[in-house]
Amino acid sequence: MEQGILIEDIGVTYHTASGTLEALKDVNLKIEPGEFISIVGPSGCGKTTLLNVLAGFLKSNTGQACLDGRPIKGPGPERGVVFQQYAIFPWLTVVENVGFGLKLSANKTAHDRIDEIVDHFIGLVGLQDFKKSYPKELSGGMKQRVAIARAYVVNPQVLLMDEPFGALDAQTRQFMQESLLDILEEEKKTVVFITHGVEEATFLSTRVVIMASKPGRIREVIPIDIPYPRKASVKTAPEFVKIRAEIDKVVREEFQKQRQ
Amino acid sequence: MKSQNEGGVMANHSSRDDVIQKFKAVKKRQRIEKIGYFIASFGLVLLVWEVGRATHVINPKLFPSFAAVCKAFVQFLKDGTLLTHMYASFVRVLIGFSLGIIAAVILGFLIGWFRVVRLIVDPLVSFFRALPPIALIPLMIIFFGIGETSKIIVLTYASFFPALVVIYQALIGLEPIYGRAAQTLGANNWEMFHKIILPQLYPHIITACRVSLGVCWATLVAAELIAAQKGIGAMMVDAQNFFQMAPLVLGVLLIGAISLVMDSIVRAIERRATAWQEKRS
Repeated sequence: MEQGILIEDIGVTYHTASGTLEALKDVNLKIEPGEFISIVGPSGCGKTTLLNVLAGFLKSNTGQACLDGRPIKGPGPERGVVFQQYAIFPWLTVVENVGFGLKLSANKTAHDRIDEIVDHFIGLVGLQDFKKSYPKELSGGMKQRVAIARAYVVNPQVLLMDEPFGALDAQTRQFMQESLLDILEEEKKTVVFITHGVEEATFLSTRVVIMASKPGRIREVIPIDIPYPRKASVKTAPEFVKIRAEIDKVVREEFQKQRQ
Repeated sequence: MKSQNEGGVMANHSSRDDVIQKFKAVKKRQRIEKIGYFIASFGLVLLVWEVGRATHVINPKLFPSFAAVCKAFVQFLKDGTLLTHMYASFVRVLIGFSLGIIAAVILGFLIGWFRVVRLIVDPLVSFFRALPPIALIPLMIIFFGIGETSKIIVLTYASFFPALVVIYQALIGLEPIYGRAAQTLGANNWEMFHKIILPQLYPHIITACRVSLGVCWATLVAAELIAAQKGIGAMMVDAQNFFQMAPLVLGVLLIGAISLVMDSIVRAIERRATAWQEKRS
């Protein structure tokens, strides 16, 4: 039974040479299955720290995060991660990259259907003509599509995306946002998406979480009541502009506070 | 989702093929040019050599003609001495080099993995890599005699340290993000090792082989010059003792040529192994 993600009283403290830093304090959030949650906020508000806790790369000092009632203790194939730096394996071709997860002993169940599954997801991200290419031959947007397909093949419940489109140019980013929604339309996942872009967050999400810094915490959670499927044209619709402005205002406030 | 939308990457296949064709043609011309220059540069050396002898700038009594060296080559090849010497040299290098590389890979991993090993071994590595292998030869001859053992130990030592340094540097320079990505897909420790770490290390291991092979070869000849009955170095010492200049020069040319051939073989392997890497140029 899918229960989604439950984040309870998460606190993370870093000890540095210049003293202790509360990267996260009393973070609570419940994410329903199938939700698309974006996390925005000024740099240093703990966005990436929170994602690292959910991915299992980092243990929180207090509280816990659960997926379907089970505490998250380390990285695992039920939580796929897409990194800003793509992190697709440069020594493998597109097909090998996408199929990587299926060949691991942790995902044995699908061993006899690897080719079929890999083909399906390569098609889904539109890279069927680049199967035998190495990552160095691909553009940034194509690399990130490989990374998304690679995360998808092991059928995770949750996709954790850490500024995945941050390194792309504006046109490609727009295209990737629409592509991501298309893919999710076909293969539903719960998504936690870190971004600097308020517009991007508004466009993609069911809810936008705005974080504040010092200590890193959740300032506000804003629901986006715009029906899916969304197309790029929605970005100029009045209700979109209104919510976006609302989020922008809060993010700006936090940004100002941080500078003082 | 159609990939055409993205910057016209795959605008059409025929123009892409054209570009590849042109690229291949340019590559081929460059390769022919390169071979041409290669022949020209050695031709130049030969010219200086022969003109030098003819004009007595080089003493013709001390320095044989190229023809004489070729004659010595053919004669040695026919009576089998050349192959015997080369075989002896190759076997030594092969054993010493292999032992050294295997030891370097194993210790390299231990150093990369365990902090304690790193802390203990680090200062030793700095000392020993600065110590030329030839310096060990007298010591090894006293310990193990002038037989094969002492030479192989020196050669193992010669290939070990350069390889160790390359592998160890590569290990600590690995990108952690690939390991993280693999973990999120469910990779266990063994899979992390042979699917993530080894592929990244493989090109560096080949680089290590290349460096070690060079050092090993240089050390071998020095070791054979001092004490050996067989081997290219020994052949040269024999020639020197009997004042046979042609075989002596032949030895020099052979050492250079074999070294060049070995290096190009390893480089060819290196190119294939690193085809996936983004070349900085």
